[in-house]
Amino acid sequence: MTDATAGQPAARPRREKTSLLTQDGRTKRRNAAETRFKIYGIIAISIGLLFLMGMLITIISNGSRAFTQTFITMEVTLDEAVLDKNGNRDLADIRRVSTFGYAPLINAALENKVQDLGIETLLEDGAAMRAIMSASAAAQLRDYVLSNPDQIGETVEFQFLASSRVDGYLKGRVTRESIARDRNISSAHLLLIDDLMEQGTVERSFNLGFITGTDASESRPEQAGIGASMIGSFFMMLVVLALSLPIGVAASIYLEEFAPKNLFTDFIEVNISNLAAVPSIVFGILGLAVFIQFAHLPQSAPIVGGLVLTLMTLPTIIISTRASLKAVPPSIRDAALGVGASKMQSVFHHVLPLAMPGILTGTIIGLAQALGETAPLLLIGMVGFIASEYPDGFVGGFLDPNSAMPAQIFEWAKRADPAYYERAWGGIIVLLVFLMTMNLIAIILRRRFERRW
Amino acid sequence: MSFVKLTASAVAIAAVSATAASARDQVQVAGSSTVLPYASIVAEAFGENFEFPTPVVESGGSSAGLKRFCEGVGANTIDIANASRAIREREVQACAENGVTDIIEVRIGYDGIVFASDVNGNSFEFTPEDWYKALAAEHFIDGQLVANEFTTWNQVRADLPNQEIQAYVPGTKHGTREVFEEKVILQGCEDGGFLQAMLDSGVDEDTAESNCMSLRTDGRSVDIDGDYTETLARIDANKDGIGVFGLAFYENNTDTLQVATMSGVEPTVATISSGEYPVSRPLYFYIKKAHIGVIPGLKEFAEFFVSDEIAGPSGPLAQYGLVSDPELASTQQLVADENTMGSSM
Repeated sequence: MTDATAGQPAARPRREKTSLLTQDGRTKRRNAAETRFKIYGIIAISIGLLFLMGMLITIISNGSRAFTQTFITMEVTLDEAVLDKNGNRDLADIRRVSTFGYAPLINAALENKVQDLGIETLLEDGAAMRAIMSASAAAQLRDYVLSNPDQIGETVEFQFLASSRVDGYLKGRVTRESIARDRNISSAHLLLIDDLMEQGTVERSFNLGFITGTDASESRPEQAGIGASMIGSFFMMLVVLALSLPIGVAASIYLEEFAPKNLFTDFIEVNISNLAAVPSIVFGILGLAVFIQFAHLPQSAPIVGGLVLTLMTLPTIIISTRASLKAVPPSIRDAALGVGASKMQSVFHHVLPLAMPGILTGTIIGLAQALGETAPLLLIGMVGFIASEYPDGFVGGFLDPNSAMPAQIFEWAKRADPAYYERAWGGIIVLLVFLMTMNLIAIILRRRFERRW
Repeated sequence: MSFVKLTASAVAIAAVSATAASARDQVQVAGSSTVLPYASIVAEAFGENFEFPTPVVESGGSSAGLKRFCEGVGANTIDIANASRAIREREVQACAENGVTDIIEVRIGYDGIVFASDVNGNSFEFTPEDWYKALAAEHFIDGQLVANEFTTWNQVRADLPNQEIQAYVPGTKHGTREVFEEKVILQGCEDGGFLQAMLDSGVDEDTAESNCMSLRTDGRSVDIDGDYTETLARIDANKDGIGVFGLAFYENNTDTLQVATMSGVEPTVATISSGEYPVSRPLYFYIKKAHIGVIPGLKEFAEFFVSDEIAGPSGPLAQYGLVSDPELASTQQLVADENTMGSSM
């Protein structure tokens, strides 16, 4: 080396002597290039932040309205002549009165309310005014009567949901101009709502039903909630966790610590990386063919969704687990082996505990990814009018038809009534809160247990 | 090792669930996304009023629904397929090959197909002939097929507005497409005398009809494979667009859409049920007879679906936009008697 450098200077042109304090043209150019690069970086980050801000603002401004709902408070007389003709309070008889039988009671209650408050309206009777109320009112009334048959004959105060058009009017989504050709509601209804608002009968308040409720049909978006599909997502995540964590960890420990390095294990390794890049819809088709058509598992059941998402999450977990096993310094293994531990003892007593934070972080990120996945669920029958009932117990949670949060959002976004569009945005907020919580847990775990060597 | 136990128990759970899968206590429905809103309304009311669990209604399109319906008999297949068109002979055969022989066909009512554009744009008064001329791939002029070169509506007919032709039509997997082709495009081809001209020139009937019904592919007619919400979004983005919608969808979105008349008739529930508005189609659902008595609540659900309270002119389905069937009573009888397709024909 010294010979080579000794011969060089003669060949090179002599450099001028310069002060470190004055910059020559070359240094200036280099510094300028660095400054430019920093500016590019800042621009890139600002654009990213701008998109994020735009997204969050859109989501929150569109979705926050789903968390409030318009309610109408009124007293309903539970007429014995309608609800229990025989007067014997026999549940079987009371059950025979369908929700259609309850409608006249609500119409009468609405008409009374308007008359009591002394409101003038162009609508001639309760049936005509009914458009301001949700179709769910009759079902709510019937459920109350079936669980409290002793209240028949009494007058009870209820808080009913207002119809989606009325709700939209209070939220500014529906205006007098926009309903000009609407068959479901007229400006007379909106006038009536204005008057009822003044009297305090109609009010907009927090809507717990959106977070805890079940899906509703197209005719009553005001009643729909994301609760049932949240349970569906929960059971799916249970399946994913129970399967992919042990399988993924066992597979990566074997591959990383025990397996011989040969062509076969290389082949497996390449395939795991490939699987991680397979589009999720492929797993959906696979799930449909294997779990439903071949293994005859029930359609639309969270267990099938969980199995499909397990397939999708496994490669992610294996890759992150192997990375965190690799990050444990070989000196730890050597030390354990040196004091006489078996290979297995060194892995389970020393390497695995040190790799745990990384494994858990990878698992949580994998779960969060699975939680937000929609595409494979489309193929196993989780989109439609599915999450209409809460599952029946723990086993039912796995087997009863249910939807998942992202699939429910997708379904709402498709529906005709614009009120459902608002709910889709609201659902996105709920989903984002879950994802952020999971990521936060992952960060906290990493911070608390991370070791540096 | 604790994770070995965990894996073992997870496998056990999967095994138990696989055996439990044979029992099913709720009705499963799949099929047309046009029928989905109606079926979901009925399913919800059924769940409220009966002791049975709320039926599950999946969407996916008429053809996909019927395909799953025909996969076979048993608790892991669906009980009811919704369709926005009648079942095809081919599908009946496919069903029979898989052992699905007794099918009950139930017509629930009629659905209007409307043409709507942006609420602030031009108003349109269409005839089927306009649509044929605007969207056909090739026109038959002087004995030969010439590529369609119309770019604005007023070239099609002088009294239509001067607006770019941009149509969003349902994709081929939708039952709506078939109705659109037959009742609008083919009808327009016939009304304008183009079909007759082709036949006179010695073209056989099938070729002539398919010439009539092939739509242009230069981007002026766009197939929408998604739902009506996608069509709505396209019109929102391109104000010149005219979309094909179901009447119920239009009625829920009158604030953003205006409807065009067809042959001078405005589509409403009244004009469709009287037959004045020409573009409508019946909606059906198909029941697997072998499942009646096996799946609890199946027959009750079917009967509830076509009951006067639900499907009648003042029921919730009509409220939502279904044109109720004037022959509902005979449909109710058909469901009560469990008349299958073969026996009623």
